[in-house]
Parts: sequence; structure tokens; C-alpha cells
Amino acid sequence: MDGISCSRLSKSYGRSKALDRVSFSIPHNGIFALIGRNGAGKTTLTRILATELMPSSGSATVDGLDVVKDAVELREEIAALPQEARAISWMTPRQTVISYLMYRGLGYGEAKVASDEAISHVGLEGHANVLNSKLSGGQKRKVLLASVLASGARIIFVDEPTTGLDPISRSEIWSILVRLKKERLIFLTTHYLEEAEKLADKIGILDNGKLKAAGSLDEIRKLVKYQYSIRVLQKDRKTGIKEGEEIVGEDGYAQIMTTEKEAYGLSTGFIKDRVKFSINQVSLDDIFYYIVKKPLNAEEEKEEGEW
Amino acid sequence: MGRRINQINASILVNAVYAMQGYPAMLISNLLSPLSIIIIVSFVSHGMLTSIAIAGAFMTLFVGGGLSIQADLAHLKNDFKFQDMIVSSPTGALAYLVGMALSELIFILPSLTVLIILAFLFLHASLSAMLVIVVVLALMYTFATVFGFFLSTITTDVLQSWAFSGILSILLTTIPPVYYPITYIPLPYRYVAYISPTTYAAGIVQNALGFLPLPPTTLAAYWVIIIAVALALFAVAIKKNKWRDA
Ligand SMILES: Nc1ncnc2c1ncn2[C@@H]1O[C@H](COP(=O)(O)OP(=O)(O)OP(=O)(O)O)[C@@H](O)[C@H]1O
Ligand SMILES: [Mg+2]
Repeated sequence: MDGISCSRLSKSYGRSKALDRVSFSIPHNGIFALIGRNGAGKTTLTRILATELMPSSGSATVDGLDVVKDAVELREEIAALPQEARAISWMTPRQTVISYLMYRGLGYGEAKVASDEAISHVGLEGHANVLNSKLSGGQKRKVLLASVLASGARIIFVDEPTTGLDPISRSEIWSILVRLKKERLIFLTTHYLEEAEKLADKIGILDNGKLKAAGSLDEIRKLVKYQYSIRVLQKDRKTGIKEGEEIVGEDGYAQIMTTEKEAYGLSTGFIKDRVKFSINQVSLDDIFYYIVKKPLNAEEEKEEGEW
Repeated sequence: MGRRINQINASILVNAVYAMQGYPAMLISNLLSPLSIIIIVSFVSHGMLTSIAIAGAFMTLFVGGGLSIQADLAHLKNDFKFQDMIVSSPTGALAYLVGMALSELIFILPSLTVLIILAFLFLHASLSAMLVIVVVLALMYTFATVFGFFLSTITTDVLQSWAFSGILSILLTTIPPVYYPITYIPLPYRYVAYISPTTYAAGIVQNALGFLPLPPTTLAAYWVIIIAVALALFAVAIKKNKWRDA
């Protein structure tokens, strides 16, 4: 059974379209990471799927349940951490998690046990009983993460869960998510492409309300024309490229995306000329820039982006 | 059923118990406001209006206390994105509203206790009068909380919710003659008071206590008006609320 599946899902605000006929489906466990620039529509899509926002048209099911018609049933299965949610200042982390679990139906006693466990999972046991207002920004974020992670919901929506966390906290959250993904589906949005690359089983790239790509990293790689990425100091180069794309950065390095054949030719040329260079398979960064910076040609773009 | 109760208790914890633990000053502020008006009214009227002012303080306490749900829920919704977290959980709008309405009731408990003591000392109400008062207060409280909840869901920031609070408190607690009989207002201005549903509720209470004689038809009309206004606003609140964002 599908975890999440959308068909021509759209959301308009007046004339502007925050989401434009988005269609995709993802399986019922694993991590799905949604990436895209500010204003691309990530939060809009997340809120519609988490039954917080009504779509304008199209349909979506989560865990086989329609997000509009079956919202009441669906809410038993999901938990969501909104992008701008903040831990309530007059409560402690422990009170925050306890009350959230009670809203999910647990009794006070059960909620208390589960909250202690969740708070130590996110490393806040030393702060469990101080007011949230006295925590740092990242610690406040962890309080709410602990709440949704403790929920036991089958499907968890987390909108930019690691924004504002230090690198160590971020990797702690990653390991929690990875541990959870075995029996659950985690739908997350992020601006850290590294996070998507490391964690996600599937990635979606949203741009201007349109889903430009969705699939595993390997699948997405196949969507771009060029599979290899070469980095070389521009002033050392003696040859240009016949096929591919190149951008010269402020640091004087050229980033070349090209085909396997061209990459082979360029590399042998660089070796002969004793030019230092590095070659890699295209990363999510390369793909993201390639897809988001310039629109795919009309012929490359599928009619309404069905993934 | 047990789950519903847990969900309702969650709101009571968040909005009353934990809030008071975190910020105890909230309790004192809630206790002071109705008492101060009773004192002023009794001084100004040389004690003549003390008992009617006590009855009025009950009204302000329930209407004002119910309305404070608007500012509280708007604050939770807009500054903490709390509503979104709850919307996507198994707690529905009704359980949330009931829990929050009960949490506001907890805030008025200290003032209520003091008022009940004052009522025993100064108000000599019959059993049937007490029953009428309880029904009217319950109706006004329900009305205030449901309408306050509705407004909170359509706010997007704190300034807007302050504006709603300002308008509502003038309309429902300042304009209506709750601390004195409506006959104290000179005639042309009296019509202004009639735009507030609280005026009718206060009229019924004052009548039950024997402060305001009303012909039976007028009394019946007052009941019809407050029930009709409450039902109409419930309908608006149910239809137009933005529990789930549109
Ligand atoms: N309530 C609203 N009214 C009007 N337009 C809105 C509203 N909410 C979002 N939008 C618009 O919808 C588009 C998508 O916004 P959304 O918040 O989904 O972006 P996002 O991808 O989450 O961005 P970010 O990375 O900055 O969080 C934006 O152009 C935004 O201006
Ligand atoms: Mg967003």
C-alpha cells in the first residue's frame, strides 16, 4: 500500500499558485525529503498532507486515507511538526511532551513515561524541568521534535526539523529519524541537501509549486542529462567542453557537469596536461542547481509532472 | 470516551494549570478586576447598588472570562503554531474548545469563590432566582467561549486578536448595564445598550433578583433574544471557523 500519494494536487492563493498539479507516490516506510527554494511550496504541500490546510483541487491520500474526506481517521495515524512551531514558553519540555501525548489520547501516566523517554532521546534530560523560555533556540526545537517522535504515529511530517540545530544535534536527530524509519514513514522538508542525500530513501524537488523530480537519488540522477561533475581551477584549463554545462565560481574553480564519455575525455586531457582536478558522480547539490536554476526544456518536462 | 477526557485535560493543563505554575501573577490579575468594580459601584452608590453590582460581577466574570479564550487561543495559534500541531492530531475542534473553555473556567474560580461569599452576605436570592442566574451565566459563558474560539481561528497575529478583544469587551461587558439597572441610563442612550446581548442577560438576572421589574412578555422576549443570538453565532462559528486552514 502507498504511504502517500497525490494526484494533480494544487493550492492557489488568489491568482498565485503555491502548488501546481503535484502528483507523486511514496511507499509506506522510509524517509522522504522534500527540497526546494524559499517559497517553492514545501510547507504548503506538507500542511495539506498533514490535514492542516485544504487543497484547492486535486487529491491526496496518506496511508490510504483521503486527506479531505477521511481527515478524522487519518489524524490517528499522523503527527506533524510545523515549520514555525515553537515550544510554549510557560511550559517545561516535559510538560510540553506530556500534554501533546494527551492530545493524542494517552492518559497522564502513560504520557509521562513516554515523555521521559523521548526527552532523553533528544538529549534534553538535563533540561526536562526548566521553562522552555529558558532554553536555546535549538533546544526548543528539540522539545517539539521529541513530542512528535514520541507520538507513535505511523506517518510523521516534519517541516525543516533540523533548521537551527548545531551539527552534532543535527546528526543526533538524523540517527533518531533513521531508527524510526524502519516501521514508519517520515516526510521531511529541508534546506540542507546533505541531509536529504544522507537520510532520504526518496527525494522530491519542488520549484515554484511544481514537482520537478521525485525518486531515489539514483533515479533523480538519471533525469539530468549529465552524470558526472568535474571541478577544476579555471586558469589551469587548456581545453573547453564539447558537451555539458559549466559554471565558474567566485573561487576561480569551474564546476563542469557532463556525460560519462565527455568526462572521460576531459579527465585524460587533464592528466596529460598535469592539471589538478576532481571528478565525482553528480551530487544532489549539482542536480538541485541544474533543475532549480533553469527550467527543464518543454520536451523534457512531463505534462503535469507525474512521478 | 477516556481518550476524549485525556484530550480535554491536556487543554486544561496547557492553558490553566501549567500557565499558572509558570506565571502565578495571572491568578492575581484575574482576581482583582471584578472585585475592583464592585467596590467602586458600592462607594459611588453609597451601598445602594452593592447587591446588584455583585450580580453584575458574576456576569462580567463569566462573559469576560469566556471571551479571554479568544486572546489565549490566538496567542497559541499564531505565536506557537500550536493549533496546527493539534489539528493534525486526533484532537478535534470540539474537544479542543471544550478543554480550553474549562481551562478558562479554572481561571475564574478564585474570583468566583469570593463572589459567592459576597453573594451569601449581600444577595438574598431565592432558589428559583439562583437557578435562573446559573442558566443565564452558563448560556453567556458558552456563547462567549464558542464565539471567542471562532475568532481566534481566523486571526493571523496578535494585533488582530487584540482588536477583537477590544471590540468584544466593549460590546459585551462595557456597554451593557450589568452593575446597575438599565433604567439608570437616560433614554436615547439606552438604545445603545440594547445592541448588546449581555443587556438582556443582565436584565433577566436583575429581574430574578427583584431589582428590575419586567412584564412577562418582555422577560420572554429577553430569553428569546439571548437564545437566538447564541444559536446564530454558534452557526457562524461552526461554519466559518478556520480550525483547518482554508
Ligand atoms: N496564507 C497564504 N496566503 C497567500 N500566499 C501564501 C500563503 N501561504 C503561502 N503562500 C505562498 O505560497 C508559496 C509557497 O509557500 P511555502 O510556505 O509553501 O514555501 P516553502 O517552500 O515552505 O518556503 P520556505 O523554504 O521559505 O519555508 C509562497 O509563494 C507563499 O508566498
Ligand atoms: Mg516552508
